[in-house]
Amino acid sequence: MGMTMTQKILAAHAGLEQVSAGQLIEADLDLVLGNDVTAPVAIHEMEKMKIKKVFDKDKIALVPDHFTPNKDIKSAEHCKCVREFAMDQDITNYFEIGEMGIEHALLPEKGLVVAGDVVIGADSHTCTYGALGAFSTGVGSTDMAAGMATGKAWFKVPSALKFVLTGKPASWVSGKDVILHIIGMIGVDGALYKSMEFVGDGISNLTMDDRFAMANMAIEAGAKNGIFPVDELAVQYMKEHSTKEYKVYEADGDAKYDEVYEIDLSSLKLTVAFPHLPENTRTIDKVGDIKIDQVVIGSCTNGRIDDLRIAAKVLEGRRVAKGVRVIVFPATQNIYLQAMEEGLLATFIKAGAVVSTPTCGPCLGGHMGILAAGERAVATTNRNFVGRMGHVESEVYLASPAVAAASAVTGRISGPEELGL
Amino acid sequence: MKAFGTVHKYGDNVDTDVIIPARYLNSSDPKELAAKCMVDIDKDFVDRVKPGDIMVANKNFGCGSSREHAPIAIKASGISCVIAETFARIFYRNAINIGLPIIECPEAAREIEAGDQVEIDFDSGMIYDRTKGTRYQGQAFPEFMQKIIKAEGLVNYINNQ
Ligand code: SF4
Repeated sequence: MGMTMTQKILAAHAGLEQVSAGQLIEADLDLVLGNDVTAPVAIHEMEKMKIKKVFDKDKIALVPDHFTPNKDIKSAEHCKCVREFAMDQDITNYFEIGEMGIEHALLPEKGLVVAGDVVIGADSHTCTYGALGAFSTGVGSTDMAAGMATGKAWFKVPSALKFVLTGKPASWVSGKDVILHIIGMIGVDGALYKSMEFVGDGISNLTMDDRFAMANMAIEAGAKNGIFPVDELAVQYMKEHSTKEYKVYEADGDAKYDEVYEIDLSSLKLTVAFPHLPENTRTIDKVGDIKIDQVVIGSCTNGRIDDLRIAAKVLEGRRVAKGVRVIVFPATQNIYLQAMEEGLLATFIKAGAVVSTPTCGPCLGGHMGILAAGERAVATTNRNFVGRMGHVESEVYLASPAVAAASAVTGRISGPEELGL
Repeated sequence: MKAFGTVHKYGDNVDTDVIIPARYLNSSDPKELAAKCMVDIDKDFVDRVKPGDIMVANKNFGCGSSREHAPIAIKASGISCVIAETFARIFYRNAINIGLPIIECPEAAREIEAGDQVEIDFDSGMIYDRTKGTRYQGQAFPEFMQKIIKAEGLVNYINNQ
């Protein structure tokens, strides 16, 4: 029987000719990731194991990004734990403040993940690297510990949903709108335990940053992973960023899918997810009059250079509405630098926004932009659960950088069209 | 192995942000985490919960972040088992890996109510609601996972190998 793209990658890493959905396998890992929240728990678990050395010091990535620069003493202790472990184990890919970034933007940028890899990360948005044609999925800290110790992880081979994308998105419509549309359509558990495989000619009309944003939010539909075919653009990205050898896998022609969805990208509108679930989506023409207090532009979903360029295009020569706080956080140091060189940061600051060092910050209600009771934020992040960005009575609306930036100017949820753009 | 206790009932899509909000993630101490468990949707949970109690919820329990702090907080609060229609996959892995028993059983998850006295037999997957007198057959763990659970988590399982 034919295999999906995901199944082929898993089979190859389990040393098997053939796998099928539901089968339990043990696969070799190309990379194991952890951050300042999850790695300390994993390090502690690994200490309980008889294996004292990591399986391969080049195949571990440790990125303190959630509460960094250290938010408080407890966070500092966690980061210290990660740092000491990294030094002690001589971990090659430990990224300290100054060279770090939000993990899921950083790893592809550093060339640590390429097509055909199997990656686990103790962070749910590890699924981001599917944009490069890798199998990557989020796990917990104990899995991370076992992965660091043995270089292996157990998986249940997933079945898959196929999304056939055609057409070209209208202006301002981005990968974020596509994935929000899909989550709105299938629900937050619509892809539970499954792979989301994206195929079709429409993909050539999506930038790599669009694809990263889409694969990033596969978990928001409950998926195990999201994955894209490896086309010229993906190959070009890998050549620019990595020296690692990549391997292209393609789904078999007779691969079985639980469901096939056809999506004409040209028919999609700007989309916003209302509180408190990413599936509560509405197109921009149906949002009504929603006044906002804060705008957050950044995160592992939309903190990349394309995202900042789009936001700057909207904010150029305009002012943030009185009473609205706008926080921009470029996802990595490189993106920060690039945005500075391109003059994007000046545009943000002149418009009345603040620009933060790369951090997860307000995305998970950590620091740098917490909401008070009754406050509303438009965020380019990926989750709008109760209390996600602060008080349990605050609200988060998920949107693209274009919508976030336009909303910053009008003070209510708006698309760039409202500004005559 | 059996569990018996009073049920704490929740709805669909209970996410890890409400099981243990991110603002408490600067600790990984099970006791500290347990003290904040469910605080954002059920303030009194930590005062009500007694050792052995059972948590029952509808679909997609544990969706959201990969924080293992979530099952750790539930386990440390005294909960002996979580029953749900479905679990989010990372939560499912994490629960098994840290040795918190969880059972998928849509019927039981829908019918069992808060306050019911429920008994669970982990070997057979049988769920018995003593209050209502109803029985449900829950999904038994695949053998692979039973081994991990018997070893009381992945760490011991690896050490035993
Ligand atoms: S930016 Fe937000 S979603 Fe992404 S890794 Fe950080 S906390 Fe998680």
